[in-house]
Amino acid sequence: MTALEFTIVVWALSVLAGFLGALTGLGGGVVVVPALTLALGVDMKYAIGASLVSVIATSSGAAAAYVREGFSNIRIGMFLEIATTIGAIVGAFLAARVSTHALAIVFGLILLQAAYMSFKGMPENAELVESDALATRLRLGGAYPVEGSPEQYGVRNVPAGFAMMFGAGALSGLLGIGSGAVKVIAMDRVMRIPFKVSTTTSNFMIGVTAAASAGLYLKHGYINPQVAMPVMLGVLAGALVGAKFLVHMRVKTLRVVFGAVILALAIEMLVNGFTGKV
Amino acid sequence: MDDRRLENIIGQLLRAGVLLAAATVVSGGALYLAVHHADRVNYRVFVAGGPDTSTFSGIMRSAAHLESLGIIQFGLLILIATPVARVAFAIAGFALERDRLYTVVSIIVLLILLASLMHAT
Repeated sequence: MTALEFTIVVWALSVLAGFLGALTGLGGGVVVVPALTLALGVDMKYAIGASLVSVIATSSGAAAAYVREGFSNIRIGMFLEIATTIGAIVGAFLAARVSTHALAIVFGLILLQAAYMSFKGMPENAELVESDALATRLRLGGAYPVEGSPEQYGVRNVPAGFAMMFGAGALSGLLGIGSGAVKVIAMDRVMRIPFKVSTTTSNFMIGVTAAASAGLYLKHGYINPQVAMPVMLGVLAGALVGAKFLVHMRVKTLRVVFGAVILALAIEMLVNGFTGKV
Repeated sequence: MDDRRLENIIGQLLRAGVLLAAATVVSGGALYLAVHHADRVNYRVFVAGGPDTSTFSGIMRSAAHLESLGIIQFGLLILIATPVARVAFAIAGFALERDRLYTVVSIIVLLILLASLMHAT
């Protein structure tokens, strides 16, 4: 393949990944890494490096839009960021030390989980709770607009959520993904934060988490300019278009199709990881 | 200034940062393709790049010489800086609100980020 062909093909794949990632809320990383490694034979370390920078681009690029809606809780985000950034450094540290086969297997498992989430839809928690003692002390509760008027919500189980965020950060650093799904589960399911607040706060956190592994990725040469250039530009373009479409589209059918694609990618990634081909 | 207004300004700044980064990456990419478009490439085997693409000072030097790959990496550094800037803005915001707890929390996050980025220098 010539450099021009490679750039165009990778860009096009990345646009698609960013678009689908935005529509399903799973992010572009989980699609772009298997697409690059399985379809184009790109070494997984280049793929996760390119994915990591595209994750930062989508998170920072979408910040303005999310703020306008008034859902994200910057206190919750910042507090949990202590866990995700430390986790991300540990993950990036491990990524440089484990074999590519092992990375492929872990990635395959994450894809299985993403496929499951895609079929089932993100579990939405509508019930509002009162803050428990620790969350009150940390002033994590807030208000968010429900049909125009602000509604108060509380936060619970801070230690468990914090621990899970460490895991989300580690996965992000290990695999170059945003691990937004794990962050949303930690906030929505474990900490009982309203779904809308969880997803938008997760978007805020994804970029900061990814930035924590960027230094190690750069140092180890995972961020290759020729690979990262089309990936970052493609995922960003796809995500921006996807965010616009989100309002007008019925996502359910798409989610089933997308889930099937991810399931196929998961199986292929696992097989390749176990047979040592990736 | 309330939380929302501050967040809104930060959001706009971040988007500007992302667009600047993307524009830089596009220029570096165009320069790279202008010269190397017909090169045979594959990225099947991982080879760690030299300092020109993997260290802060190397990237700055390479970009200053208008080398295409250095310009792309410089654009990616701008991108990596956007979440760091976001945390720095949050520190300023919480400090203005005299929210001591969250000023400290944000400072901790910034220190973790900076400690990690130090690896690349």
